[in-house]
This record gives sequence, C-alpha cells and structure tokens, in this order.
Amino acid sequence: MTVAPEFSDVDVPEGYVKLTVDGEEVVAPKGELLIRTAERLGTVIPRFCDHPLLDPAGACRQCLVEVEMNGRAMPKPQASCTMTVADGMVVKTQVTSEVADKAQQGVMELLLINHPLDCPICDKGGECPLQNQAMAHGRTDSRFVDKKRTFPKPLPISSQVLLDRERCVLCQRCTRFSDQIAGDPFIELLERGSHQQIGTAETADVLDAASHTSSGQPFQSYFSGNTIQICPVGALTSSQYRFRSRPFDLVSTPSVCEHCSSGCAERTDFRRGKVMRKLAGEDPDVNEEWICDKGRFAFRYAAAEQRIRRPLVRSAETGELEEVSWTEALRAAADGLVKARDGKGAGVLPGGRVTLEDAYSYGKFARMALRTHDVDHRARAHSDEELDFLASRVVSDGGPAGGGVTFADLEAAPVALCVAFEPEEESPAVFLRLRKGARAGDVKVVHIGQWASPAVDKTFGELLACPPGGEADAVEGIAEHAPDLDEALRADGAVVLVGERAAEVPGLPTALHHLAERTGARLAWIPRRAGERGAVEAGTLPTLLPGGRPVADADARAEVERHWGLEAGTLPAEPGRDVTGMLNAIVTRDLGGLLVGGVDLDDLPDPALARKAFDAAEFVVSLELLPSTVTPYADVVLPIAPVDEKGGTFVNWEGRRRPFTVTLDGTGALTDCRVLDTLGVEMDTDLFTQTPDAALGDLDRLGAPKGTGAAKGTSGALSAPKGTLGALNAPKVPLGAPTAPPTPGSGQALLATWRQLVDDGSLQIDEPALAGTARRVVARMSRATADGLGDHVTVSTGRGSVTLPVEITDMPDGVVWLPGNAPDAKLRATLGAGHGAVVDIAGGDR
Amino acid sequence: MSTPENAPLTPVLTRRWLSPQSWRLETYEKLEGYTAVRKALSASPEQVIQLVKDAGLRGRGGAGFPAGVKWGFMPTGDDKPHYLVINADEGEPGTCKDIPLMMADPHALLEGCIIAAYAMRSHHCFIYIRGEALHPMRRLYAAVREAKQAGYLGHDILGSGFDLEITVHAGAGAYICGEETALLDSLEGRRGQPRLKPPFPAASGLYAAPTTVNNVETIATVPSVINGGSEWFRAMGSEKSPGPKIYSISGHVERPGQYEAPLGTTLRELLELCGGMKDGIPLKFWTPGGSSTPLFTADHLDVPLDFEGAAEAGSMLGTTAVQVFNETVSVPWAAMKWTQFYEHESCGKCTPCREGTFWLAQVLERMVDGRGSEQDIDTLLDVCDNIGGRSFCALGDAAVSPIQSGIKYFRDEFLALCESNRPAQGDGAAESRDPVSQGSDSQAAQPVGAQA
Repeated sequence: MTVAPEFSDVDVPEGYVKLTVDGEEVVAPKGELLIRTAERLGTVIPRFCDHPLLDPAGACRQCLVEVEMNGRAMPKPQASCTMTVADGMVVKTQVTSEVADKAQQGVMELLLINHPLDCPICDKGGECPLQNQAMAHGRTDSRFVDKKRTFPKPLPISSQVLLDRERCVLCQRCTRFSDQIAGDPFIELLERGSHQQIGTAETADVLDAASHTSSGQPFQSYFSGNTIQICPVGALTSSQYRFRSRPFDLVSTPSVCEHCSSGCAERTDFRRGKVMRKLAGEDPDVNEEWICDKGRFAFRYAAAEQRIRRPLVRSAETGELEEVSWTEALRAAADGLVKARDGKGAGVLPGGRVTLEDAYSYGKFARMALRTHDVDHRARAHSDEELDFLASRVVSDGGPAGGGVTFADLEAAPVALCVAFEPEEESPAVFLRLRKGARAGDVKVVHIGQWASPAVDKTFGELLACPPGGEADAVEGIAEHAPDLDEALRADGAVVLVGERAAEVPGLPTALHHLAERTGARLAWIPRRAGERGAVEAGTLPTLLPGGRPVADADARAEVERHWGLEAGTLPAEPGRDVTGMLNAIVTRDLGGLLVGGVDLDDLPDPALARKAFDAAEFVVSLELLPSTVTPYADVVLPIAPVDEKGGTFVNWEGRRRPFTVTLDGTGALTDCRVLDTLGVEMDTDLFTQTPDAALGDLDRLGAPKGTGAAKGTSGALSAPKGTLGALNAPKVPLGAPTAPPTPGSGQALLATWRQLVDDGSLQIDEPALAGTARRVVARMSRATADGLGDHVTVSTGRGSVTLPVEITDMPDGVVWLPGNAPDAKLRATLGAGHGAVVDIAGGDR
Repeated sequence: MSTPENAPLTPVLTRRWLSPQSWRLETYEKLEGYTAVRKALSASPEQVIQLVKDAGLRGRGGAGFPAGVKWGFMPTGDDKPHYLVINADEGEPGTCKDIPLMMADPHALLEGCIIAAYAMRSHHCFIYIRGEALHPMRRLYAAVREAKQAGYLGHDILGSGFDLEITVHAGAGAYICGEETALLDSLEGRRGQPRLKPPFPAASGLYAAPTTVNNVETIATVPSVINGGSEWFRAMGSEKSPGPKIYSISGHVERPGQYEAPLGTTLRELLELCGGMKDGIPLKFWTPGGSSTPLFTADHLDVPLDFEGAAEAGSMLGTTAVQVFNETVSVPWAAMKWTQFYEHESCGKCTPCREGTFWLAQVLERMVDGRGSEQDIDTLLDVCDNIGGRSFCALGDAAVSPIQSGIKYFRDEFLALCESNRPAQGDGAAESRDPVSQGSDSQAAQPVGAQA
C-alpha cells in the first residue's frame, strides 16, 4: 500500500483515500483510523484505551499526533485512535513532530504520577504496555514530588478478577469490553476526576457511600478473564495466577481450547513442566481475541493430584485396581477384549472430548480389532433420528471451505435462529459473534426455548417460547405462526443453529431438516463438547464410517476395507448399536465387553441403566485421565495424555480443523491413538495410529467418499443442495415425527434443562475461582406454576429429588427449568430425567 | 475616561426583571410577552432561522457560535424526532446570568424555546438546569405549567398546528454537565462525561436523534430578535458581535450584579455602571468571562468585551462573568482556588485533565503554603502545556488558563512564594509570606466567592 512520493499520481481505488504520514504518501481505506494507518507503515503510536475490537474512546490521549487538513494545521494535536483518514490529510506522528512527541511524553508523565511504579512485584511487569511505552515514550525521571493517590487493594471484581486501582490508568478497556463485547453490566467507572475508578455495584461503597447502588447485582460474566488480558497495566489480575510467575520465565505455546466445540485459539504458558495460565489466542476467523472464562481458567484438572499416571489392572485376588507395567496392562486388556469379542462381542464408547486423530483410532479399533460397528461417542442424550441428521446434514456440510456455516457467516446473517441451543452456555464464542452481529444491527437473533435467558437479551434477540419437547412443533409451526421469521429465513445467508439438546426432542432433527429444505436457510449443528464434530467426521458412530460414509453403503464399506487392508466383506453390513443399545445389550447378555474413553456415566441419558450395564459387563477397559464413574467397573485402566501433553486436532462446529501441538513435552503420557495402536498390536491388528500425525495421515489418505465430489476441506465443490447428494451415497434423511409433549398432571411439570458453562463438569475441578462465577443455581418457573410452592421447590422423579430456590421467570406454565449439572443439582444422576420429561414438583422445605 | 452617559445600559433581556412578580405569565404578557411567538409561528421555520442568522445572534454560553447557523445544521425531511436542549447548567465560577434570568423572567426562555423548537422542527424541548438552582427551577416548573394552561405549550400551540412539550430536568451538580455532550449523556441517565465527536449533536445527539443544545441567554434573546428585527439587534454591539449581553459583575466593586449592555462594552464602562472599585481599593486583575478565561489586568480596562476584542487581547469572552479582584488578593492563591475547583470538577475521562488538575492543585497548594520552589513555576507551566489542547474536552483548556495567565502577568508573586525556600539565604521570610497572608484575609473578605 505504501508508495514513494515520486509516484504520487498513483491511482486511488474507489473507497480509498490518499494521505501523508510522516512525509510518506499512503493509500488507506476510508474509515481507517490514523493509528492503524501509521501502524501499517511501521510506526507504532503509543496507546492505552485504543483496542481494534472496541469502539474508539479517545480517553487516554496517549496517541496524540499533529494533523493538517486542507493545508491548515489543526490547532490542537489529535487523538489518532479516533480520527479517520481523509484525502489530502498530512499527519505527523512522534517520529516527525516535536509537538506530538512532547504531547505523548506529557501524557505519559501524567499517567505515571499516580502509578505506584511497583513493576518488580506486578504480574504485568515484563509484558506491560505501560512499562514498555513508558520506556519508549516517557521521561527518565518524574517531576512529581507530591502525594500519590492511594486506594485499598486489591478489590475483588469477581472471584477470578482482582482490581488494583492504584495501577489503573482508567483507559476503560475493561468497562468497554463488558459493555460492548460481552454485554455484561455491573463493572463501571465510579466517582469522577482524580477519584475516578473502576468498580462494581458491590465495590462502589468503598470510597463513597453516596455512590453505592442498591441493585445488589454482582458483576457476573463468563468473559471477565478477557479484561485481565486486555488491561494495559497490572490493574486487573487473575486471582488464580497472581504472584505465581514472571512473564519472562514462561514458555508460550499456541494451543486450542478443549472445552466447547468452538475451538478457540489459545496461548498456553508454562514453566518447569507446569501450565501456569491460558490466554486467548488471536484468530480472526474463529474467536477473534476473546475466550470464555472456562477456556481460560479450567485447566488444572490435568495436574490434579488424583490423575492416573500408571496403568491399573484389577487384581483377581483382591478385586482392587493395582498399578502394573504397560506391558502387563496391555496384555490383560488385549486378552480380555479378545475374549469378549470372540464371545458376545465388545463395543466402544470414545466419549465426546476426543481429538480427530483419537476418534479415528477408536473407530478403526472398533472395526478392525473388535470387528464391530458398536461404537458411539455420544455420551449424552441421543437418538436414531439424530444419527440420520448427523449423517445427512452435518458430516457432509463441507466445512468452512465447502460452504458450511462459519463464524463469519454468523456475524453477517440476516437472521440467526437458535433452536434447542443456549449459545452463551454451550458455545460462548458463538454467542459473542451473534452479539457482535446483532449489535452492529446486521443480525436478527431469534431463540426457540423456554425462557429469555441472558443470551436472548444480550443478542438483542427475540424468544419464541415453547414447552420443553415442543421445539419440533414450534419449528414446524414457523410458517404458520411466525411468517416474518419464515420469510427472513429465506433470505440469503440465513442460518439455523441447533444444539445437542435437539437429540432429546423427538421430531426436532426432522423438523429442522424440513425447515432448511423449505426455506434454504443453512443449518449448523453446534454440539457442546470439543470432540463431537471431529468424532462424527472420523466415524465413531454405529451408522457412519470415516468421512461420512454410511455403513449401509456397500461401496463405502468396500472403499474403507481396501484402505484398511481388510478382506472384502469383512466390515459388517448392518449398522452397530448406539450407546443405549450397547448398554441394553450388555444387560441382556448380548454384548460382553466395553472399551471406554472419556465418558461420565452421569452424562448418559440413563445413569442407572449405565451402572447396571457396566456392572454386568464381562470386561471393561477404561482409557482415562482421572478416576471417573467408570473406574469402579474397569478391569483395566490405561492412563492417557491431557491436551497439554499431546498434539492433535479438534474439529470445531464449523468443521474447521484446529490443530495444536504438544505444550508439555516429554511427560511420558500417551495419546489415546497410541494406546489403541499398541493395544491393537497386542490383538494382532495394525491400526497405524502410533502418533496423531500417523492417524491423521491415514484418515486423510482415505479422504472423502467417492462420488461426492472432492475431499473435505480441499474444495468448495460440495455445493449440491442438501438432501440431493448422489443417490448412491445419500444418507438417510431424518424421518421422525414430533410427539406431542406429555401433559403434566396436578403437582407435575415438564422439565426443561440444559447445561451451564460453569457447572460441576469434570474438567472444572480444582478451580474455585472459576466456580465462583457460576450462575446462581435456581429452579425457574412461571408465577402460576410456582403458586403455593414457597421459596423452594422440590423436583422429583421415582429415582430421586432435587430442591432448589425458586426464581419466578416469564415462561410457559407447567414447566420447571433446572440447570443440567450444577453442584447441588446433578440432574441425570439424581432424577434420571432430561429435557422434556415429566417430573413432580412440590414445595421445598429448605 | 468615559462617563455614565456613554456607557449605556441596554435592557432587553433584563427589562422586566424589576417589575413586580416579573416571573408570572400575567406580567410577561403585559410587557410584550408571547407576541414574538405569534409572529414566528406565522412564518416558516426557514424564515425564522434566516432572521436569526441575519441578526447575527451568537451563542451566549461561551463559544459564541452563530445560533442561526447551528439551527441550520438540523436535518430536514428526516423521520427522527428532533430535540432542543437548553443548557441551564450554569456552574462556571463567577458566572451568574442564566440563574437570575430564569428567576426573574422564565417565560422569556420558554418563548424562545417555542420559537427555536419551531425553527428546527422539534416537538420536545428539555431544559437541563443545574441541580443546586432550586429556586429558579421552581420558577421554571411554574412557568411551564402556566404556559401550558394558556395554550403556549402542548398540542396545536396558538392554533398553529405546532406541538411542543417542555421538560425541565434537574442536573445532579457536576460542572462537566455544562459541556453539551456530557449534558446529553446525563440527560439520558448516564454518567456525565463528554462524548466523542463526530457525530455531532445535530446528527446524533439526545437519544441518537438530531439535537441542538443552546444556552439559556441565547434562547431568551430570540423573542427580542423576532420582535425587534435584525437591524434593531445589530444597532447594538459590533459588526461581528451584535446585540446586548448580560455582564455579571462580581468581586470588589461597589454594586456587583447583572448589567446588560451592548457587546463590546469595556470594563472601564462597566465599572462606572457598578459604582467603581469597592472602597476605592485599586483593581489588580479580573476575568472577562468566568474562571475559564485567561486573566486580565488593569492594563486591559479598555479592551472591548466582545468575542473578537477579548480574543485579540489574549483571553476569551466566555460567559461575560466579570470577576473583579483588588490589590488585596494574591494571584497564586486565586489560581489555587480555581484549580481546586477544576480538580474537583474534572470528570476523569481523559488523562491530561484528570491527572493534570490533580497535580497542579497539589503544586499550587504547596506553593501557597510557602513550600514551593522556583522550579515549581516551570513545572506548572509545562504541565499546563501538557494539559491545554491535549484534553478530551475544553475543561482541560479552562483549567490551565488561570495559571498560565496568572504566571504571565504576576510571575513575581509566584516567585515571592518561593523566596523562603531559596537554597542560599533565608532572610526576609516573613515578608515573602505576605501574599499568602493577604490571600487568607481576602478569602474571608470576599463578598462574591469563586463558588458562584
């Protein structure tokens, strides 16, 4: 873009202007801020309040430059972070202007007069924009000899974020982030003048009782950790990381978040073999520069004391698990699995948190070593209808390169319909994109759910309320009851986002398929767990082989057989059993063994059935990181590596591959694919998945099924309308009918539930600071439903009961909403019931 | 030397102030009240704007922007509501023109509001009045009630088909809310801090709709402009600064108060009007338009007090709040008091103003306490240089003007404060502290404080 002065007759394209910065002519897009133009030329203008993803503020005045317009110098230096380029403008930064340089030095001196200059004990010291810019643009000594302003410190903004008001330069990045990006209120500027400070409704009375608000609302955000990262000084620090480390002692590795299916870019910082913190990585296509607090703070599980580090085998004598050598454990596992396979058979439950490579290995292990399609990674509610939906609408959607819905599409969609999906709870990066688009006025967000959750409000959205289980009817009824939405969905770019809860609503996958067919809106399936989409691609489903090849398709089977070096006809022609099918088969003695990855029995639709089945299983091999609900039933436990200690690829909900490399090298922890490969060898089967690279190479050589165009991710050719794939490989479209939600009787209600981001999940252990920002655990119901119940409600089924405080919420009558997995309310485990079930409600006596 | 005869008063805005119950509708109507609005409503909005442009009426809030031009910035033919907002948040030290005006003649303001709102096609006008000004606020409430009952406000005003509601809104006592965009934020219920411009209020102001913010005195002048016409208006004042102006004279004069005279009147003339310096003690320094305008001295007695004259002489006309100080007052002490005001009132949004006023106040307090050094004077000037023109809004510029002009004209007084701290010899300390003690005396003696 830069041109030398002698080429000043250079053409300025439409939408661009030509200006001069420090004597250099430059062509810049209209609307570009001067600070960015200068940056493109290699001149970094110092700044604090400026942030590319926040609205300009012009508050810190650090970025002052001299500007001439129409040949006339503007009388005052201008803030380059708020002024946009204009034709013929002449800009002089600190490089060529003494006035700008002095103005910047002056502001820097003013910023430092009240700063405690405690860099040696500050977390930010060594990576601090104030420190760096003071060195580059500040005076060497201060003329300030009077009294500095002091505040008590630190103040907790939340359990995760601590505020040091003395270090704060009041750039307002944190308050603007909360207001603009996250949409979470209650962190604000308080007081004025030199008493101005950042605070929350709860801290407001520290200095002056007059400004104490009585809202009683704490600052509550799933995104507050970002404020620590964008704070340009050490004012906001992480309670978890505070005083733990120095930036220059840390080694940083790019990484990918292992929690939800967004696949956010992260940076993992470790020291002496221990992960100290995680930061948001920058990826404009995915998470921009933000991550949620779970992604940032929930990583200590991998270093938990109880982590399984040596293989365990259940002793025949004591009945207890005992540490043994890998050789012994693998031998025992192989023997047990071979015996089970050759008897009634053995199935595989990989769980939803696998990498693409590990998933492929589980699938290949099932097919080759166990000779079965009994493999299903869905450790959650699931249905046959969902299987058809995944096969026909998800696995083949082409991914970002092939026309699948992307994050960028969310931001630009005229309408985004969220069905059975809570973006903020289930995929926070998706929520941020929806909010960004909605805030810009581009995206109209419509939610089909039970009550107006905070995400509805913060996406400026509209709620179409329906009873739990009634989502399918609601979707089928859009044309009739919401014609404007129906019309909007026909517009170019319209998207429908569906969460994993859809599997629990009979008829919903089919209804969504019909909706997409009818309106042309594009569907995106956004599961909750990081490994789900990759596992679908890798074929860990009873009906799908790798690459979305239907098991029922003889050509597809033949293709896979050739690639895996199997004799023709080795792969069974009949699809396998799903999770519930396998559990039932064990109970009925039709299945003998199980190989289990990261599965928590309490996540399964019927934890009681699961326990019964595991108890009855002849042989159970568990690949685990930490002792789990499976461990008591395991005959062999093989320890595997957490994400920090392995490389691999998550496939995010877009179908985008998110590769990552080893952060902590040489810990000796093995990947699932390596363990499975070795186990395969013990069973005389070569999986060729010794390393993630080998596994991925094997998967990619298999490529996309013949007859569907090109390999996934390499071409956009897979653009045939959905549902009209070549007849040869066409997967079954879902064909389920909505069942009318049952009518609750007297003293009963329909249960609505979904998992919240911060809850009792097993990857959140040892994180009290994170747990402190969980939403309040309540039961929600309408005023009419709650009538006569009192302050607490006891929700029960034949299995058990949960008692929670009642929060009156505008929602359909006869419905009670409970959090899915809160510390005191583990629904599946306690009630054995899920979304749409009928439960008893009574006044609680807490 | 001028005589009282050639220093004429031109009572236009103030002509009803001494009438019995001047604030009542009845009185106002008897004295030509609500006649201009009839004329204006029978003309087109464009004609009204043109007349105000022709008259050359300039904003009376300090900046002097031509009112007609400002009104002309309001879009036409759009479908957004338009708002007229009256800045009645009079809080500048020394300034006391709008509050007496609203006390004595609230209907003049209301009539001006109707005409201005009509001209800019606004159907809702807000009067943002300083929260401490309870008495004038009650007068305004009553006046709005009276005007509404009489059909001057509300639906179909005087059968013209024009509708207007006026809302009187009390501020909460922040000086910054006199800055027009901070005022808009405050009016919307937010924290009063100035907004980034552009967008300017005419494009996106109150509730993101086209908005004009005018000073009380400006709008209260409008009915007279309509009735008198542009030629009559231009007969007063100068070519570029026409019309009458309320000069609020406070401090060490015999009869402090509001004196309405043509723009361009000099302090020498004003002093004659108000009976000269109190007790004959000579003039030392004065502000032409409130504490934000750089100081003048006795050398500036003949500077014409209009927008151009004050600027040429190195200050600003500001709000024509003429604060007069006699020889008993220490300049560093006065600068300290003003700086303390600005430190207290800085909104905190931008670094230069927030941190700079904090620093300046401490240095001045230390100097006045006799603990300053010569180096402090250089520091003061350099810090002022780093605030002025670098802050987000004009508050920073205002904060440094008393210090810069004070040191410019009275450097010796600042130096004298440092005398006892000179490194070499310590004799004459008692003498050097004189200005300080004088300062303390005058604090007690000052009849019209800097807190007006």
